[in-house]
Amino acid sequence: MKIKAVVQNNVVSVKMLIPHPMETGRRKDQSGALVPEHFITEVTATCGADTVFHAELGPGVSKDPYLSFQFTGAKVGDKLKVSWVDNKGGTETAEEAITAM
Amino acid sequence: MGISRRNFCKTVAGSAASVAVLATMPGKLLANWNSKSFAADKLDDAIAARYGALPIEESTAIQIKAPEIAENGAFVPVTVGTTIPGATNISIFTPANFSPMVASFDILPRMKPEVSLRMRMAKTANLVVIVQAGGKLYRTVREVKVTIGGCGG
Repeated sequence: MKIKAVVQNNVVSVKMLIPHPMETGRRKDQSGALVPEHFITEVTATCGADTVFHAELGPGVSKDPYLSFQFTGAKVGDKLKVSWVDNKGGTETAEEAITAM
Repeated sequence: MGISRRNFCKTVAGSAASVAVLATMPGKLLANWNSKSFAADKLDDAIAARYGALPIEESTAIQIKAPEIAENGAFVPVTVGTTIPGATNISIFTPANFSPMVASFDILPRMKPEVSLRMRMAKTANLVVIVQAGGKLYRTVREVKVTIGGCGG
C-alpha cells in the first residue's frame, strides 16, 4: 500500500493507493467460472491516539482502491497508521510519517 | 456508557499488558462493516439498511464532484463533501450497480468532511450521496453518464 501524507497550514492531506483485486463476485475468468468476491471492507487511519479516518467499502469501489481525505492537528514527523481488512480476512497495516509540503 | 477509548489507553499504558492489548485493537476497530447494506440489491433497501428509517431531506449543502461523462465505468473519480453542521457520516450509493451501496465514510472530529475515491458504475445512472447529521438524513443526487460499464467481464 502506498500512503502520502503532506501537511500544510495545519491540514494534513492524505492520499492512499491499496493494491487489491476488488473482485465483485460477478466477473468470469477465461474458463467461464465466476471469480469469487474478494474486496476490502474497511479502511481505518489513526494518528496518535485518534482515529482520523474510517471507511466501509464494497465491491462498487474500483480495483486497487484510491482514497484521499484531510485531517487537522498533526505536524511534520507525526506518524499516520493505515489498516485495512478484506472479506476473506486479509489485512495490511502500514505507517507513514507526515511530511512538509 | 462504557469506558472511552482514550481513557482505556491511558489506563493500560502503564501496565505490562499494554503492548499485547494495543496489538489487538486494530481488529476491534475494523469490525463495523454493514454487511446488510452492502448486500442489498435495491437502492432504498441499501439506504434503509445503512441508516434505518430516518427521514430524508433533499439538500444543496452536499457537494459531488464527478465527471459528467465517465469514459470508463471501472474507474469513476468521485469527490463528495458536505457543509452540513454536525455531519457524522457520508455515504455513496448508485442504482447502476448490483450492490447500490458503494462506500460509507465516518466524519470524525479531526477530519474534514470531504473524501475522494474511484468507484465502479455499470451504466449511466445517478450518484446518490447521503449525509447523516443528528437524527436526520440529507440527500443530493447527480447523474453520471457512463460509456463503458465497469462491472462484469
